[in-house]
Amino acid sequence: MIPAQRDIGSLLLGDLAERLPGAVRELSRSCGECYLRVEPERLKELARFLKEQQAWQFAFLANISPVDWLTRAPRFEVVYHLRSLVFNYRLGLKVDVPDQSLSLPSLTGVWRAADWLEREAYDLFGVRFSGHPDLRRIMMPEDWQGHPYRRDFPLAGRAAE
Amino acid sequence: MGLIDDRFEKNFATDAVDTVLNLGRAYSLWPVAYGLACCAIEMIHTMTARWDLARFGAEVFRPSPRQADVMIVAGTVTHKMAPILRRLYDQMPEPKFVIAMGGCATAGGPFRTYSVVQGVDTIVPVDIYVEGCPPRPENLIRAFILLQERVKQMTIAKSPRVPAPPIRIEA
Repeated sequence: MIPAQRDIGSLLLGDLAERLPGAVRELSRSCGECYLRVEPERLKELARFLKEQQAWQFAFLANISPVDWLTRAPRFEVVYHLRSLVFNYRLGLKVDVPDQSLSLPSLTGVWRAADWLEREAYDLFGVRFSGHPDLRRIMMPEDWQGHPYRRDFPLAGRAAE
Repeated sequence: MGLIDDRFEKNFATDAVDTVLNLGRAYSLWPVAYGLACCAIEMIHTMTARWDLARFGAEVFRPSPRQADVMIVAGTVTHKMAPILRRLYDQMPEPKFVIAMGGCATAGGPFRTYSVVQGVDTIVPVDIYVEGCPPRPENLIRAFILLQERVKQMTIAKSPRVPAPPIRIEA
């Protein structure tokens, strides 16, 4: 019997407590989705576990979406959206980006899809990914200054100010 | 001379070089085949059987700018696209014309943002602005008709580089 999507949160927590103790801080649910808050240092290890475990097989990194909280510390958070196509599971990983380095470990070694997604996150939010093979801008022109999706970036651009 | 006597009367007409040249230019305007956003869809419709731009002599969309006379800027120009658009324009042989199709190409449209060029006339000289979001094919056809009128005013005695004031077509 394959567990249903609504049950995977607690099952994952149990599995991770046993195999990767300390990697996950908390579990939250929203709109039928479940999210794990992950320590940045354990992110890569956890990612590889979720992808390679036969019971989960989160082989598809669907999206990487950074969040700019502006007034909060740490300011940036990155959400990784995973899918297990085999079991039809959805899972989010939330990671706080350390304010000093503004950098997270790159997941390009785990999912190839992370390459462009991390470039996008870097281009638009200025979050860096250590270990990325080619961290260039992907949306904006290469000589662009600034990161336009940051909440303190003027919508009409710097030139319009 | 007996060989050619009375044999070509029906086949010759005499006129100014300008008239002949302009007639050829006006009715064989070749646009560059590229579009940037939803305006491109209307541009494609303009080519289809229902509107059939070929009736007005501008049927050959060229995938190479080196074989084209007209650039239809059909859609939103981003700052990233701008240098590419300019390069395409520079590769077109003289005389060349630009139609700014729709609100985005004309003035940035609804996108008053950091990434969108606020009017393609900041990059290339525009001959005709077509209003609309997107303009209907009829409006684009009108742009071509007006462009043909303009081409017919040209003369080889003057450089085509002398810019004529742009025309604005209201929706």
